[in-house]
Amino acid sequence: MIKVPFTKAKEEESTVEAVVREPVSTELPKDVPAEMPDPAVEVNNFSLWYGDFQAVTDVSIKFPRKKITAVIGPSGCGKSTLLRGINRMNELIGGVRTQGNVLLEGTDIYADTVDPVEVRRRVGMVFQKPNPFPRSIRDNILFGARVNGYQADEDELVEAALRGAALWDEVNHDLKQSGLALSGGQQQRLCIARAIAVSPEVLLMDEPCSALDPIATLKIEDLMRELAKDYTIIIVTHNMQQAARVSDFTAFMLSDDTARGKLIEFGPTTDLFTNPTDERTEAYITGRFG
Amino acid sequence: MAEDTGTLGRSAPVFKASMQWRRLKSHFFVVLGLLSVLPGIVALLVLLVDVIVQGSGWLDWQFFTSFDSRFPERAGIKAALFGTLYMMVFTMLLAVPIGVMTAIYLEEYAGDNWFTQFIQVNIANLAGVPSIVYGLLGLQVFVRMMEMGRSVLAGSCTMALLILPIIIVASREAIRAVPPSMREASFALGASKWETVRHHVLPYALPGMLTGAILAAARAIGETAPLITIGALTFVPFLPEHPLDRFTVLPIQIFNWVSRAQSEFHHLAAAGIIVLLVVLIILNSVAIYLRQRLRTRY
Repeated sequence: MIKVPFTKAKEEESTVEAVVREPVSTELPKDVPAEMPDPAVEVNNFSLWYGDFQAVTDVSIKFPRKKITAVIGPSGCGKSTLLRGINRMNELIGGVRTQGNVLLEGTDIYADTVDPVEVRRRVGMVFQKPNPFPRSIRDNILFGARVNGYQADEDELVEAALRGAALWDEVNHDLKQSGLALSGGQQQRLCIARAIAVSPEVLLMDEPCSALDPIATLKIEDLMRELAKDYTIIIVTHNMQQAARVSDFTAFMLSDDTARGKLIEFGPTTDLFTNPTDERTEAYITGRFG
Repeated sequence: MAEDTGTLGRSAPVFKASMQWRRLKSHFFVVLGLLSVLPGIVALLVLLVDVIVQGSGWLDWQFFTSFDSRFPERAGIKAALFGTLYMMVFTMLLAVPIGVMTAIYLEEYAGDNWFTQFIQVNIANLAGVPSIVYGLLGLQVFVRMMEMGRSVLAGSCTMALLILPIIIVASREAIRAVPPSMREASFALGASKWETVRHHVLPYALPGMLTGAILAAARAIGETAPLITIGALTFVPFLPEHPLDRFTVLPIQIFNWVSRAQSEFHHLAAAGIIVLLVVLIILNSVAIYLRQRLRTRY
């Protein structure tokens, strides 16, 4: 676990402020590329507009394969919008326009030939509020698999998905009970099980613990560490301790007077929290704003 | 008054509202509310009691198994009851699929353009058109142009048009009540638009749609004017066996009896009203039952 040296950062405040402010760079710190040779998802100069309102401005990040990347930043910094840009969920709202591209295993998911429905199977998503279907646990898991043409044994898939989401032992006595009958934390793990049941390559998590109590949150965090062995995980979180606890890499986003939804800094979580290169990152992680 | 906030807690005398007066006002509005409810309930009770007193004596087996007759003691409601049921079956078969599909199209697929706006304005207008106008439309289009004659089918088509706006509006409301998180969950799993609508939106909206459809049916059963216009006969001594047969319905039969001179026919009319009310109550109960049952499932 990474310790966030809040007090140390405070002591260094004066020196940090003395540093000459450099122009914002979306380039990665020089030591990073060596640690993540092949990104699973690559966002290149990505901008997104809702009508005339620009929510994300020229973001470029390479999300490392089978690692957890946390996207942090204050409310309205565009982090959720960026996340929804990776599985094209933004388009469900009308009037969305994008620029730049998002490469999933090297293929641009915004290319004309790509169907967003196919993208969303490959890039799973877990939402802020647990949203199981008002159906049985079994049907919750099987829905995605069925529409995507799953041919093999259904019971096996249900068990594998529930085990994968660390929920099997709690619910296997009654898979016919409604997903809504579970506790909040269990519901969220059911949503994770449902997401992994369609064998995605990437899992997007949009503040998955913000509606949960601390114990359920810890369970989800443990589960995320476990899932990172098989999936590339990108998590948006308001909770900096959570980002520090679970993620391997962290991206910090911010909106300011000049542009909305900019990437300020991206790097290994340890570096970003102990030794941020941008003074705004430093100010945010030490709790001076946001 | 910035200084006052500093003395909060010590400045209790500032609050001088009389508790008694406030309580009195509360009671006053309870009484006012009850008084407003009363006319509706009293009128309904008076009507019910009057109808039951007049008609219950005439409600016997013979009343249900006989056709209309010149002789009150031999007259019955068979043709009208079957005519109503027959017409309603076709009405619902026509109106529910068209109405539900229109609602799905408007809510899920239609873009926000002038064409959609045009359809929406039209549906809103149709809901406000007097029923007699539907009758005239039915007479011209179904009875004459499409040569259905004064048949069950012509009546059903006219009624279907009449209740279509109600079904569309109710279905749209039901679809709109589906939580966005449900759609998101479905889309995020790689479901297509149709799969999302078919597996999540429709099942969730079904109770609301059914309720709307049944309430629309109740409306259609009570309608008289459009059917008189298209010529649903007032004297039908046979059961319609074919969609193109002539027919009559409960409200027209009742209207017919009320307008006769002999007082016995007025009793028959009251008996007919009881039958009509029972049919309506059954329909509404089914609507409530279905809604409750499906709500608990979802």
